[in-house]
Order: sequence, then structure tokens, then C-alpha cells
Amino acid sequence: MNQELISAIVEEVVKQLMASGQLDISPSKECTCEDITSPECKASPLLDKPQDPEALERMIKRTTARIGVGRAGPRLKTQTLLALRADHAQARDAVMKDVDPKVLEDAGLFTVQTLCQDKDAFITRPDLGRQLSPEAVRTLKEKCIPNPDVQIYISDGLSSTAVEANANKILPVITEALQSKGLTVGTPFYLRFGRVGAQEHIAETLGAKVVCVLLGERPGLATAESMSAYITYNAYVGMPESKRTVVSNIHKNGTAAVEAGAYVAEVIAKILEQKASGVDLVK
Amino acid sequence: MPDILSVGIDIGTSTTQLVFSRISMENMSGYFCVPRICIVDKEVIYKSPVHLTPLKNAVLIDGEAIRQIVAEEFRKAGFTPKDVDTGAVIITGESARKENAAAVLEKLGGFAGEFVVSTAGPDLESIIAGKGSGVFQYTIDNTCAAANLDIGGGTTNIVFFDNGEVVSKGCLDIGGRLIRLKKDLTVEHVSPAATKIAQYLGIRLTPGQKTTVSDLERITDKMADLLAQALYIKPQEPLLQEIRTPGSAWLELQNKRISRICFSGGVADCIAKLDGDPIPYGDIGVLLGRSLAKGALMQAIPTVAGTETIRATVVGAGTYTTTISGSTITYARELFPMKNIPALKLTVQEQDECFAGRPETLVQKIKWFLQQSESERLILALPGTANPEYKEIKTLAHCLCEATDAALPAGAPVLIVLEQDIAKALGILMEKELSGRRKVACIDGIKVEQGDYVDLGRPMLNGLVIPVVVKTLLFG
Repeated sequence: MNQELISAIVEEVVKQLMASGQLDISPSKECTCEDITSPECKASPLLDKPQDPEALERMIKRTTARIGVGRAGPRLKTQTLLALRADHAQARDAVMKDVDPKVLEDAGLFTVQTLCQDKDAFITRPDLGRQLSPEAVRTLKEKCIPNPDVQIYISDGLSSTAVEANANKILPVITEALQSKGLTVGTPFYLRFGRVGAQEHIAETLGAKVVCVLLGERPGLATAESMSAYITYNAYVGMPESKRTVVSNIHKNGTAAVEAGAYVAEVIAKILEQKASGVDLVK
Repeated sequence: MPDILSVGIDIGTSTTQLVFSRISMENMSGYFCVPRICIVDKEVIYKSPVHLTPLKNAVLIDGEAIRQIVAEEFRKAGFTPKDVDTGAVIITGESARKENAAAVLEKLGGFAGEFVVSTAGPDLESIIAGKGSGVFQYTIDNTCAAANLDIGGGTTNIVFFDNGEVVSKGCLDIGGRLIRLKKDLTVEHVSPAATKIAQYLGIRLTPGQKTTVSDLERITDKMADLLAQALYIKPQEPLLQEIRTPGSAWLELQNKRISRICFSGGVADCIAKLDGDPIPYGDIGVLLGRSLAKGALMQAIPTVAGTETIRATVVGAGTYTTTISGSTITYARELFPMKNIPALKLTVQEQDECFAGRPETLVQKIKWFLQQSESERLILALPGTANPEYKEIKTLAHCLCEATDAALPAGAPVLIVLEQDIAKALGILMEKELSGRRKVACIDGIKVEQGDYVDLGRPMLNGLVIPVVVKTLLFG
């Protein structure tokens, strides 16, 4: 049987069922949003006959937890289950996909890579994600200005989505704010398959006083767009983790990227002033 | 936990009071996040006795006598004006319409710290009383909608909160001292609003002549009835419009249901006084309380007891008028403190013009505003935008600099207040663009309306935040 014939049969059957009232395919009254992962859709309660609908809506507004979703017997409703799976899929995508080259091009970034050859290696070998490939070292030395006050770079980490959502908003603000303080800012670039610890190698390679990586955070079910800035003064390979200053939760529902950028610039200036970062920094 | 000492002074139609409160702040965001300073606790640490407001005559407040009361209360509380970080002196009710109200405020300026001296219009006063009475917090704690009626000597300030948001507010000339009497029921004073209500009922009240308790009861019953009308429990009569306080808003329900009411103000304490002398204070306060107790309003909507009654306004003034800015802001430190800066609010459309890089409308508007307000400075209030692109912010910064250069006197600072959290980014870009020819203060997390005035205090908590008071001035 060919495709057209199947379509015709299905169409006819559906038509007959609808005519006899056995099938109702009009959209559900509960939610008419196109995208069940959208905030509007998640804001509308699925609970049947809540005692105080307004109070329920207020409660839902105060948390990203999936409350007021009702149930079908002992299980989740179809929409809740689908939304959960869709959110999980977004989280997996954020980890597994590559950053859109267009985004990197817009930001004017060239790409270098760690010792990881592919995503599988990146996920399974965190140690390799902390080291630069010899080629990366060569490219950096060739293309970047040496010994800047501040070296900023972008890295995918565990969320390419976060880089796509925030990189072009945060990078220019930090750069501009630092330059207007009279600091030299190194040539920015993109480090593919990068973990936070790669920044020690970057700092050593380029001789930067402060190194700041803007990196995608491991996504959860609430957002896949969260980025963090890890900032270290005088970083060296083998240094303790406590030397890192972190500004996290940078995304549209946390701290907006441009505003976070302005704050990060101030933190960097303070780090240079105090010549210390991490727990040594007096905030 | 860092804290500030705030003083609240309320000069009402009949009473003058003072409270000291301690406002504590804390960084509520995690160690690894952008800071977010919040007010975490407000504790009233001293309440003055309730003083009668000293008057020179019906139209003048005795400013010197008030200054003495305040000085004495400072001494009793063990504070000096230097200890006070912030505060509000507000003149409320009919007193705000006294001829010398502004001069009296001036006299008290030194007591409220170097920073805030505020006056309330009837609408702001309603909100302050509703916060001070505890209803504001009640609607948040119980996620419900409730109204507060602050019934003082001269006015009833009504505010309607829904889950901590002001739905609407209003003010009526109904109060416990609209009619004042001698022990033998000789009328001493009748306010214009009380005269209107008496006329409506066909009762003659003439100063110097005697009246009866039953006539007074009919008047207070009508007042209680009018309050029920104001809250839409009964159909509204034209008389209600006539006793609306000049300059106040009209209470609207906006399709919401008031599920609780609370009474504050001096008359709130009279609601339970069902027995004994009906005229113990030489006015109609107790009678009005009794009329409310049996009236339609309290039968229609359940009441909640507030945390403050007669002190609601002063507690509200002392603890709720000061807010704090967002924690990522830009400013030139030497600009502060600043008082009474008139606000020019941009609509979303006007803001969109700026985002599009067209400053012409804004230039016109600033020039017009400065002319209208006879002021040399202003604060631009913008809604802002939630998660802007870098280019958008850059264009906005450029446009704002261009507009202020064209419209403001040379060297005058650029003051900007935003609702959305983008002030640090915007401010930094503006500072760079202006390269020192103007100072910039760009703060966020504050909602300002057209016609409001803004006070900005000295930066606190290592300069992370600045205290802000947004107020509505009303002197007729």
C-alpha cells in the first residue's frame, strides 16, 4: 500500500468517527500553547477543580517545581510527562550538540580545542577536557596578544545552549567595561570541549594576570541556558580549586547576561586590585 | 547583619506620633551568584505615646510645638538625630492641607537623618497605613486580597492589596474628629464633609449650638454606610463623590474580590467600645466605631485584626517608606544624598524610540518637563527590558546620553531609575560614553510613576545598594 492510500483511509476513518461523536480532536481546553515547555504553558495549572484557583496560580509562580499538575490515577498526566521528557531532551541536547558556528562568527571568535577529539571523549575523560592540544597552544600563541591584564574566553562546558544564549550579550559588556578602566583585555576565543580547569593552561600559555572563562553549566530540568564565569588571579596548573571566583546563574531567568557582564567586570577589577581570587578575595 | 535606624514621624489631623525602627538587610543570593541585597527584617524598637497635634488655629499647625514633641521623644528613646540613617516625616489627613504644612516639614528636616523628609498625599498615605497595619503582609502570607481602612481624625484612607500588590486606593473625608463637641453636646467645630452629610440627612449642626446623641448617631451611621458604598457593598450614591478627599484616587475593585477587611487608625480602637460614654474624647470617634460595628460593611466581609491600629500610619512611615535599590547599579558616590528629584516616566513606546536610537522625542519631553516642574534636574524612569542584547543596551545608552546632552544644563548629572535589572550594564556604558562630562547614577529594582518624587540616600553595604524613597507630594 502506498502512502497516499493510507492517508486517505485514515482521513476517512477519522471523519466518520468525528461525525458519529466517537472522536474529539479539538484542542484540549487545559492548554492551547504550541510549545509545552514554554513558561506560559507551565504556568497554567493542570489540576482539575482546584479549591482556590488563584492561590494555586500564585504558588506556581513562586517556584519552578512542577506543582499543581494533577494526576491520572497514580501517574502523571500526559502533558506533564511529555513536558518532563521534552525538558530532559533539551538538557541532553545542550550537552551533546556543538555551538552554532554562526554564533562564534558573530562574536568574532576563533576556535581551539582541548585534548578531547569528540563529545564522547569529552564526557568520559574530564582530565583531557582540562588540557590543551599542542595545536591549540600553537594557535593561541600565534593569534593572541601575550601577557594581558585579563584574558577572557568562551567555552562550551556542559551546555552549548548556554553559550548560544549568552555569549554575544555578556562578552562585549565585560570587554568594554574593563577597557574603560584602562585594563588590557586579551584576544578572545572559543575553547571547544573545555572544562573549567583548562583555564590554568590558558593562563600559563598566554601569561595573563587574570583569566576568566564564560562556560556553559550542566543543564537541569529548569533551564539549559545557565552560564557561569570562573575567574582566577595568577592561575597555574595544579592550583587548588579554592583560588577560583565564580559568578553563576547567568541566564534570562537568573541574572541577565548584560547585567552579569557588568558585574563580572567589577569583580575582575577588584581581583586585580587585591591580587587575589577565590576564598582569598575580600568581597 | 547590617542594619539601619529609621525614624517615622506622623503628624495627623488629630494625633502626632513617632516610632524608631531597625531595618535589617542581608545578601539573599548565594555566595557564587550576583549579590541580591534584601530587607529581611523590620523591627519597631520605640513607640512614642500618642500626642494631640498642636494647632495654632483651624488652619495652622504649631510647628514649634511639634518640634519640641519630637525633640523630647528623641531624648526619651535615647537617640540623637545623628544616629538616624533614614526616615520619613509625613503630614497626613486634613493636616496636609493646612497652610503651613510645608514649613513645618522644613522645621523637622534635621530629625529624620540627613536624607529623607517625605510628605504623603492621600493615596500614598493609604498605602503606608495599609503596610503599617500589617494587612500588606497578611495578603502575602495568606495569598489573598484584603482592604485596609485607616480611619483617623479627618480622613479614611482605603487601600486594597492583592497578594502584596496594591490593586487600588482611595481616600474619603470621613473621620472621628469631623465634628467636635463640648461635654454638654455643644458643637465646637464641623468640617465641610460632615456638614454635607448632615445636610443630606436634614440635620442642622451649628457651632455654638447643642445637638443630640441620636442626631450624631444618624450621621455616623451614614458615614459607616458611605464606607460600605466605597467598598462596593452597597450601591454608590452621589454623596460619596462629594466627600472624596481632594486629589485622591477612586477605589476600584478591578474585578477582584475583597476577602478580608482590616481597620486601623484611631477609630479602629473605638469599634469594640460598645458600652460607656459615647463622647469620651469630645468628638464622634466612638459613635463612628459603634456604627461600623453594626453596619453593612462588617456584616458583608470578615475582618482581620491588624498588628497596629492607631499607630499604623506612623509605623508604615517609619518602616515601609524606605526601600533599597537593586544590588548591581552604577553611580558616582558624591552625588548622594539627593532629595525631591521629580521623576519623568517614559512610556514603553517612548522607551522603544530610545532603543531604536531616536532621541528627538525624549529631548522634547525633558525640556517640557523641566519647564513644567520649574526644576533644573529630573530622574528618568524607564521600565527597561528583561534580557536585552548588548547592542540594544549600547544603543539605549547612546540615545540617553545624546538626549540629556541636548536637554540638560551642562554638567548636570544624568539620573536614571529602571524597573528591570539592567542598571549596571547601562550605567557603565553611559559613563564610558559621557567620559566624565556628566556624572551618572543608574539604579534599578525601583518602580516610579509620573509625578513621583525620589530621594536617594548614601550607598550602603560596601556601596552595593542605595536606600530609596519614592513619594508623591501633595500640597494643594
